[in-house]
This record gives sequence, structure tokens and C-alpha cells, in this order.
Amino acid sequence: MKLKILLGLLLCVVTGLQAQEYFPKNDAVKAGVNTNFTVFKNANIYVDPSNYITGGMLAVREGKVTAVGKNIKIPANAVVIDLKGKTIYPSFIDLYTNFGIEAPKAENNSNRGNPQYDATREGYYWNDHIRPETTALESFKYNDTEAEELRKLGFGVVNTHMPDGIIRGTGMLVALNSEGTLGDRILDEESAQYFSFDKSAKSRQVYPSSKMGAMALLRQTYLDADWYSKGKADNKDLALEAFNENKGLLQIFKTDNLLDELRADKVGDEFGVQYAIVGSGNEFERLDAIKATNAPFIVPVDFPEPYDMEDPYIAAYATLGDMKEWNQAPANLRMMAQSNIPFAITSKDAKKNFRENILKAVEYGLDKNTALAALTTVPAKLIGQENSLGSLKEGAWANFIITSGDYFDKETTIYENWVQGKRSVIEDIDLVNLNGTYDVKVGGNSYEMKVTGEAGKPKAEVKLNNNKIGSKINYKNNWVNILLSAPDTTKAEYTRLSAKIPEDAKSFSGKAILGDGSETSFTATRTAEASADKKDKKPEHPEILPVTFPNMAYGFESLPKQENILFKNATVWTNEEQGIVQNTDVLVRNGKIAEIGKDLNARGAKVVDATGKHLTSGIIDEHSHLAASAINEAGHNSSAEVRMEDVVDPDDIGVYRNLAGGVTTMQLLHGSANPIGGQSAILKMKWGASPQEMVLDNSPKFIKFALGENVKQANWDSNVRFPQTRMGVEQVFIDYFTRAREYEAQKNSGKPYRKDLEMETLLEILNGERHITAHSYVQSEINMLMEVAEQLGFKINTFTHILEGYKLADQMAEHGAGGSTFSDWWAYKYEVKDAIPQNAAIMHNAGVTVAINSDDAEMSRRLNQEAAKSVKYGDISEEEAWKFVTLNPAKLLHIDDRVGSIKEGKDADLVLWNAHPLSVYAKPEKTMIEGVVYFDLERDKKLRGEVEKQKNLLTTQMLKAKNNGLKTQPVKDSKKEEMHCDTL
Amino acid sequence: MSMKNLKQYILPVLLFISGSAFAQQTPAPEQSRPVTIVGATAHIGNGEVIENSLIIFQNGKITTVSDANSSDRQYPGTVIDAKGKHVYPGFIAPNSSLGLVEIDAVRQSDDEDELGELLPHVRSIIAYNAESQVVESMRPNGVLVGQIAPRGGRISGTSSIVQFDAWNWEDAVLKEDDGIHVNWPNSVRRGRWWEGEDRGIKANADYQENVRTLSDFFRNAKAYLAGSQEQANLPFQAMKKVFTGDQKVYVHANGEKEIIDILTFKKEHNLNNLVLVGGYDALKVVDELKAANVPVLVGRVHSTPNLEDNHYDLPYKLAHLLQQEGLLVALETSGSMERMNSRNLPFYAGTVTGYGANKEDALKMITLNTAKILGVDDSLGSLEAGKDATLFISEGDALDMRTNKVSQAFIRGREISLESHQTELAKRYSDKFEQQEKK
Repeated sequence: MKLKILLGLLLCVVTGLQAQEYFPKNDAVKAGVNTNFTVFKNANIYVDPSNYITGGMLAVREGKVTAVGKNIKIPANAVVIDLKGKTIYPSFIDLYTNFGIEAPKAENNSNRGNPQYDATREGYYWNDHIRPETTALESFKYNDTEAEELRKLGFGVVNTHMPDGIIRGTGMLVALNSEGTLGDRILDEESAQYFSFDKSAKSRQVYPSSKMGAMALLRQTYLDADWYSKGKADNKDLALEAFNENKGLLQIFKTDNLLDELRADKVGDEFGVQYAIVGSGNEFERLDAIKATNAPFIVPVDFPEPYDMEDPYIAAYATLGDMKEWNQAPANLRMMAQSNIPFAITSKDAKKNFRENILKAVEYGLDKNTALAALTTVPAKLIGQENSLGSLKEGAWANFIITSGDYFDKETTIYENWVQGKRSVIEDIDLVNLNGTYDVKVGGNSYEMKVTGEAGKPKAEVKLNNNKIGSKINYKNNWVNILLSAPDTTKAEYTRLSAKIPEDAKSFSGKAILGDGSETSFTATRTAEASADKKDKKPEHPEILPVTFPNMAYGFESLPKQENILFKNATVWTNEEQGIVQNTDVLVRNGKIAEIGKDLNARGAKVVDATGKHLTSGIIDEHSHLAASAINEAGHNSSAEVRMEDVVDPDDIGVYRNLAGGVTTMQLLHGSANPIGGQSAILKMKWGASPQEMVLDNSPKFIKFALGENVKQANWDSNVRFPQTRMGVEQVFIDYFTRAREYEAQKNSGKPYRKDLEMETLLEILNGERHITAHSYVQSEINMLMEVAEQLGFKINTFTHILEGYKLADQMAEHGAGGSTFSDWWAYKYEVKDAIPQNAAIMHNAGVTVAINSDDAEMSRRLNQEAAKSVKYGDISEEEAWKFVTLNPAKLLHIDDRVGSIKEGKDADLVLWNAHPLSVYAKPEKTMIEGVVYFDLERDKKLRGEVEKQKNLLTTQMLKAKNNGLKTQPVKDSKKEEMHCDTL
Repeated sequence: MSMKNLKQYILPVLLFISGSAFAQQTPAPEQSRPVTIVGATAHIGNGEVIENSLIIFQNGKITTVSDANSSDRQYPGTVIDAKGKHVYPGFIAPNSSLGLVEIDAVRQSDDEDELGELLPHVRSIIAYNAESQVVESMRPNGVLVGQIAPRGGRISGTSSIVQFDAWNWEDAVLKEDDGIHVNWPNSVRRGRWWEGEDRGIKANADYQENVRTLSDFFRNAKAYLAGSQEQANLPFQAMKKVFTGDQKVYVHANGEKEIIDILTFKKEHNLNNLVLVGGYDALKVVDELKAANVPVLVGRVHSTPNLEDNHYDLPYKLAHLLQQEGLLVALETSGSMERMNSRNLPFYAGTVTGYGANKEDALKMITLNTAKILGVDDSLGSLEAGKDATLFISEGDALDMRTNKVSQAFIRGREISLESHQTELAKRYSDKFEQQEKK
């Protein structure tokens, strides 16, 4: 890449000296090229954002800047343009467009029969959504209407690409020069490589059906490309070849939301690639995490419209989170700048109100120079063109805009946009501003006329003897036409005035045609200047609410800190040998349980009186689908390569609700679409934390397997994917693990091998480094999986759901498998018709480690009640039943050395209950994780008031915005889909 | 042959042999002699508690409920010493679809939703499967009576009230065709994103039209019934008891605006027998509901709040807050996987207690209040002389899963089996493992 830039530079310099035209010319003499200089004088010039010249000069020749300065030597063959105090800025650069390239439209997806699992292309990668061989040029068609729109916004150069697929191929750097040919406009035909998480519209290939699948696919593509580059593949793969060739380019990753920005960066980091990230505009919600990416950002300015809050019944659906986003988003760029996060600005999604929104960002505190840099030098540098684009230094492309003044002032007009030295007129630069108050004398009357508004679209208000009369004003090319009604409104008589406006519009005169048709003349003399109070007025924006973590209802204004706390005089459920002990103190220090005993010394810790209350370790939900952006990767019957860790969504209100139910840890499981599912994530319910911070440090490795109706796709219409029966399910396992052994042999042979993420995961299982949680229901399939595991040399760690576990608990105990089950669910599908609420108890009695889980956002927040059902249905002791939702799931997750009981040295993940924790009447008063109180009943009470207050304030702000004529959008649907195993 | 293989061989055979035990428990015979329960804490269902109680019933009816300390009379018939135990009236699950579907995902077992919009003539009772394994699983938790309501459409059909120990639906029915069920239209709808609309909440443009259609139906039915009825019209004829007040109108709705419109509708059609079902936003219009004397069957307690910003415990406390405001409130169980979940009805009341209600007040919400709302409080809902002896004994507090252990249950005096498909399976496999241990 460096070489390329260097070459480009050399080329610039050379052409700067002398352009050698080698094309024949048939429509005129060839020696007719204009090689004159154009020199602009009396201009205020931003050479670049930090280099400003008042009343300077700019010389341009053959599309390039030849000189710029306060005072430069004007060559003899120069056309001089006096800009009379107008301002010149370098034209803007947009790195994310599909200018001149039409995005393919997906065919209507409804009712198209069976899904398509295989790729459709030959000679390319095995996945249709990987399209690095795509070039922008192959589908580019210069479109001057589109170019004009961009030029009007101030853009001179854009990067364009085919916005289709996960790896989208290369983009092309194009100048928006209205006069040249493609040969002139293309600055770099392969300027960057583009990525996204969106699948190609050109293919129906199912894989990847999820975000984590897209991430896994990217990883595998990097590995395959590396392997291919070593010449080890037997086949030709044009996609991988192109991908390898594109490596040296700027890598631009388009995302749609904040979490995806972090995800994209994470994949890049794993392969030593730093993407420039096309952001969402919501970076402000997690600035620390965004900053930690070290990525440059390309940020849109499509701020949300206010919600339409007029109908209170509809307004009731608006969430504080969405409302705050409206309130805060215009401050995004300011906050990014304050955090020193580098960014360029893109016009993506904001073509219509681009400038309005840039100005809004400035109004919300964005520094003007930073804004200008984000439109010029930053993108130029990102694309490696800082010497030829983004500034007006000598040798750079003559791409600049001429404005009436400060671009960031609402009143400022953009007159011209010059690209490669070619002028495009946006507004007439010579148009004289008429604004002011005039004394108009005509036909013996003396009118008072006040002209306001934009120079090209003035408005007039006319009075005669202090009475307003009807009037119309029309102003173009410095000719003004004014129509005046008669003072007597019953008369249809009009006076028409017409005049050419002189350069100094202080007074003008022209022809008047009176009501009776007679012609005379009129004069207008300015008596007062346009009032300037608008300019002096400090721009007002509504009060900006503080960003919280997460930035929604019940979020923290600042992340909560560890506290040293002494719980005094509680009934303590230790889950250890001591059992349940009365009147006991528990001391929490530095996030750990420091001491358990009677009458402990607080040693400076905050004392919480727990008299009459119960203190337990936090609830652990072994089976959850909360806090995730996706659950199933359903594109293949094995998805061992996908990681739930990749799709953690910390902004799920379910996290808060679970804390209110005493849950501190959960296993986020892949769904049950495939016999071999994805890698699990173990999360702590740290409300407000980033996705990465929620993941338990040094988590043991787990993977989800699944059996039965879901994997054979019996509950939805599909009959082309293997397996369709339980018989096939067995063969899937045998197939994959047999191949994993072969892969291992290849890997260990010392010969080159293709690193396969799916096989690597299966090897971890075979080597005992990764544990299996197997979704299972009926006896036969459970038996099958244990036998397959025993044959192939691995173990099933946990059977989850395991509703017929009671039928073969003895075999499970023998195999060493645990059981994590529902307390009482049954009869919702055929394979659970023999499910019984005594299941947990029978398994426990047979020596199986038993947990009660939820698989459900509702049930998980009252798992204490679910545990109590084993006391009822299975005569389990209360102490043991409590372990079903604490210590036992900790054991099943291999984290019982850290959580699951109240023991000195373990994580201070504690719940203070107002009553016996297994009782239906109990509720948590405090839920603590690692010494941090994440839920507190008192705080919740306060927040309820705060939520109402903030919503009221924002509602008023939005109603005001609507009243002021702002466009609104309908209130969003806040009901998040609650996800289960079979959520696709 | 390994032990494991042998088991694989034998197990299916066992299954086959025991298959006959899988039918429902045999319904209990009529009460032949009086039963006296002495010493239990009696939770009457009307808010009162008798600590050391005396309860006598014969011929299916309760004859005595009193304080055992103050009565020195003889104990007739079978005497049950229930000291330290608790007696409750049988819990009632209103707006239930028990017996209409056996296994949710098996369409062949699903009889809850008939084709069409205005179906008051469609009757749930004839599809009610008295031998459902799901129904029998209610009883060990004290849920002994249910209102079986159809689903879907604008007027789903007509419900009936049944008891849960019967040979067939005729045997099960306590009150046939007790009311019609109206699904009130929604005033808002969510954007059809799959059709390219944005996901926003929009006013439902069809709302007024839907309400008008419903109102027209009521108006027309009334007009038809006032006329000669020369030509048969099954839907109109099915509305007869609605207008005489002998059938209730259960209107299912959650939104504030909808509830206000329902009150107008009630007035317009002069319906003094209207019940609101769901009522998520009822608290916002509680004064109007109270003034109109409309009781509420509050939607499932064990659910997540509808909106992100709602109090996390709103579904837990809603029934209590409405009752506190003076409304007549009971709990219902509809929702996802509602049939098998209906056995948790007592724990819904328990949770309402945990989040603010008095225990006996919460109990009312699944006993006497329910009976009042369903119009069967003359025979059900409380432990009072003259009412059906539909009650049960629990070892402990029946609203708490920790202590809900039903040891004996009676429906109209008949002592019913507390076994089920599930208890039989539990016993079979517990025994299996015990036998293995002995070997």
C-alpha cells in the first residue's frame, strides 16, 4: 500500500509539472487545452483546519493547487477572481458511499420453500456472502445528479463501493468532477476493502444466519486466505485470491449499531487488522469501549427525529432509552472528540439534512475545526491521500468550496464547489444580499419594505402608513421583481416593481408599473441594516440528559464501585458444611467474601443490618438466552465455530430484572437449531458493564449440543437439511467427531493443514478442554449421546432440559453427567409429554448433580421459587433445593471454586432477601456481584421516580420540537423478543 | 450382553405393559358418608381464617364451618385429624383453555380456536377433554375448578365452568355456557417490518371499524332477539342470555384507551355483566372501572412487564394495587404454555402476597373473588355452609410452593385421587432405582 501511495504522489508531482496528453482528439484541434492559472484573491482560506489565511490567495492550474498564501505571485497567464472576503474550504471527502453503484435488491424472501444451504458460485469461496473479488468499477456508472447532490453538500471526492455482502470487495476513490471523464475522476480504482455483517442480497445461502455466524465466517475466511496464500489448496479460489490481494488496502467495516462496532473490532484484533469502522452515531453511549478499539471511525450524522408524543396512549410505549438517544445523539461527535477518538464524518443516511445536522453537532459543542478535519484531512489521511486531498496545499487537487462565510453558520451560503479545478455553481456568487429595511418611493407613496431570509430566497414585508399590505418578492440573477397590492384590499390593483440590483444594494431604482398600467420609476433606499440579533444569539439546544450505563431506564449515572460491606446478623445459607446458620455476619472486602462469623468487626466496612433477613450466594442460571443479540446460527447442522461471547447484549432490561430476582451469574447458551451448537458464554449480570466486562474472566469453555425435535426441524417447515430424525442425529455426531480425529492426525503430522475453527472446537471437546451442555428430552436420545461420547472418547458434562432424566438417572450418574432441568414445564410439545416435576429430585437421589434452570427471561427472575418446587414435588430438603440454583449450577459450570456458596475467598456474589429465599414471599433487597451492589430496592424506588421525571422532560422537549415544525417519527416498539432455545 | 444393553431391551417391554396405567385417574364415587375435618387452619376464602377449625360436609355440601374450640358437638362420619394442616376452598382457574389442547405443538390435539370472528354460538364445553392428563395435574396443587374458554377471533365463543374430576364433559360441567369471550381490538399496532414498514407503534387505523363491527353485532343480535326470529341465526340466538344477564361478557383487553372504550361499550349496550380480562393498564383507569362496577381477571402474575421502562415487579403487584383501590379482582392464567402452567395459580397468589398483598386477600383472588366474578359464588369459592364441598387439605401454606402439599382433596364431597400420569411415572422410576440399589 505504501508503495502505491508513493507512486501516486510521484504521479501527482509529475502531472503538476507537465501533463502529457496522449489521447487523440477528433472533434477539434488538439492544441486547445486551457493551461491558464486561475487565481482567487481576497479570500479567507482554510488551507487545512489548522491553517487559516485571512484575505489570502489561491492559485490553481490544470486541476491542481499551484500556490496558496497571504500573498502569492500572480502569473501572467492567470484569470484573477476577486472573492471579496468570501471563504474557501477544501472540499469534503466521504469514505462511505455507494455513489454511482446500485445496491442489489434481495428478492422477496417470503414463501420461498426450503432454505438453501450451499453456495451458488463456482470457483469462489464456499460461502456466497464472501465477495472480496467484487470491484466498484465493474458496476460503477457516473451519475451527475447524484454527484451534484454530493457537491451541494460540499463533497469533492468520495469512496464508493458495492454495498453487498460480508466481505464486499474493493471500493474506488472518485472525484465528483462534473466535466471530466472516468479517466479524470478515478483517483484510485482500488482504494479500500469493505466489510459488513450483512449478507449478500444476491444469494439465499443460509449460513451465516446470525451475527456470531458472520463473525465466525470472517475468522475462517482469514484463516483460509492465509492457508491459500501458501499454495496449499487443490482448487482455484478467486475470492480468496482477491482477498489476499486486498490486504494492503484500508479496511473499512460498516456497522449498524454500537455493539457491532465493538464486534467488528474484536474480529480485526484477532487477525492483526485494524478496521476503520463505519459507526452508528451511538458511540457516545460507551465511549470507553469505543476508545479501546483504537479504531478510526467514520461516523454518520443521521440524528434520530423526535418521537411523535402527541397521542398519550401511543406515547406511553416510548422508552426512556429511545427518548434519550434522540436527546443525546447530536452530542455524539462532541463527546467522541472530547475522548480523543479519531473520526471522519460520512453523509451516510443523512443526505437530506447533512449540513443541518453537522451544524447541530457544532451547536451541541463540537469544535468547528474538529468538524472540518473530520470532513477533510482525517478521511484523506485514512485513505492515504493526505498530500493530494483534504487540504489546499501546493500540489493537492484543486477541490474546494467557496462560501459566503463560516460553513458552520446557518446563514452561510455555499456558492461553488470546485473539483479538480472544475467549477460547479451551487448558488450565484455575485448575488447581492438584499436583506435590510428600505424606503420605497413610487407613485407618490412611500412604502416601508423589510427584506429577510436567504439571499437567493428573500422574503419581504411591506407597510404603507404603518398598515401591512400584500406583497411578493422574486429575486434572481440580481434582478428583483416586487408585487404590491393596493392598500384598499377590496381593489384588485397591483403595483409591479422591477430593478437590477447594484453591487452595493444600499439603494436601487427601476421601473414601476402602476395599477392603471402606467409606467413610471421607483427608488428604494436602505434605511436600516438587517438585524443581526440572530447571529449574536447563542444557539439553543434542549437540555442534554446524562448518559447512563446502560443508557436507558434504571441505568447507572456512573458505574457502581466495589464496596466493603458487613452484613450483620443474617440467616446465612452457606451451601457449605456449616449449612444454614443463624445470626451470622458476613464481611465483604475487595469483592471477595472475607469472613463469616459472629459479631465480626466491620474494620471500616459499611454495615448493613440484616436482622431477620436471609443472605445467600447469588442465583446461577445454567441455561439462559438473556442479554444476547442472537441465539441460533442455523445455517449448518454444526456451528461449533460460533461464540455466544461475540453477541452479548448488555443493554437487555432482562439483566436488571434478573438482578431484582437475585441472579448473579448465567450461562448464555446457543440455541437448539443444530446437533452441534455454538460455544457458550458465562456471564455475570453486571448491569451497565460492556459486553466484554460481563463475560466471566477465564471462563471454563462450554458448547451447546442439542437433540430431538428442534435439531431435526420437526417444529418448522424444512425438510432438506440432515438430520430429519433422531437416527440421523447420531450420525451427525459420529461424522463430526470422526472427522475431528482425522483433523487431529493431520494437524499432528507436521504437514501443512488448513486450520478449521469448527474442527478446533471439536478437538477441544475430545481433549477434555471444552465441556458439553446437551439440550435433550427423551430417554432414547440421551442414551444415544452418552454411548456416542463413550465410544468416541469424550464426556457429556451437562444434559440440559433433560426432562426424561428421571428415566435414566442411574446411567447419567454412571457417565458422570449432570442434569439441568425445568422445575415443572411439560406438555408444550410432543417430546415433553413425559416430563414430570419430580425429575430434579429423582435425578438428585440417583447421584446426579442437579440444577434448575430457566431458558426463559420470565422464569429466570424467580428461580428461587422454581427451586422450591423440588421441596414440594420431590421432598428435597430446603438446603439441597437451594443448591439447585446456586452451588450445583456452579459445579456444572466448573466455577464452584469462585461462586455458588458463601465461603471465605469466593466472589462476593450475594443476595440479601427479606424472607426465606425459597419462599414465594421472598424478594431480594440487595444483589451484589464481586462486592458491587448492582441491585438495591431503595435505589430502584428512587429510579422509578427519576425515570418518570426524565420521560416527562423529554416528552416536553419532543412536543416542543414538533411544535417548531420538526419532522417526527412514530414511537418505537420496546418489547424485546424474549429468546428461547428455538428462537431463530 | 452388557447390563446397559439388557436395560435397553427390557425397558420398552416394561413401557408396553404399564401403558394401561396412563389413562386418567378414575373419578371418585359420590360422597356416601359425612366427612369431618378437625383442627386445621381453615382459610375461608373470604379473607377470614379459623385457626382450629371444624369442617363437616355431607352429600357433597358443606354443613359446618366453625371454630373447633367453641363447638362440642360430635364429629360425624369419617374424621380427619388435620391439626397443623391447612384447609382451603378449591382454587378456581378462570379464563383457562385446559382440556381444549393436550400438547401445544401437536396441532391434532388442539381444539381451542375455531375459524371465524363472531362466534358466540361456538361452545368450549363439548371439546373439553375430561380425561386430559394436563387437567389431572392441576389437582395435586389444589386447583380443582376451571372456566374453560375458547380462544381467537373477535368473539371466541362461549365458556363453561367445570370441575376437574369427571368421566366426561357432561359429568364435569358445573355451569354450562357461563359467558362469552370478546377479544377487544387493539387501538395501536406494531409496524409490519416484514412488509417494509418501520417497527414503530402506530394507531391501528382499523380500530374504530373493529369496535363498530362488534357494537353492530351486539345491536343486531338484540334487534333479532326482539323480533319473531323466523329465520334462524345461530350467532344472534347465542347472545340471548347475554342480554338477559344470565351470561357474562368477558372482554379481554390490556390498554388504557381500550378499557375506556369498553366502558362506553358497556354503557351503550347496557351490559351489567361485563368482566375485564387482562387489564394491564387497569390501574390508570381504576376510578372509572370502579364507578362502572367492572371486576377484573388480572393477567398472568408470572410474566415480564410489557414495556421496558415498567417497574420490574408490575405484573407481581398489579392485582394487589387494583384490589387496594376497591376493585373486585381475581387472577387468571392465560398466556404461553398456559395449560400446564395453570397449576401454578396458587403461587401467582403467593407472589402477589410477596409484592404487597395480605395473604388472605391474595387467596380471595383465586377463590371467592373468582367465584363471584364467574357468578358461581352460591356454590363455590369459600368454605361456608351450604356450598359445595370442593376443598382440600394441605400440609402447609398452599400459596407457597415450599409448603403446598395437598394430602387430600374433595370435589363436591367426593375424595378425588391426587395421582396423575406424572406421579405414576415418578413412582415407577423411583422404584426402579430403589430396586437396583437393593440388588
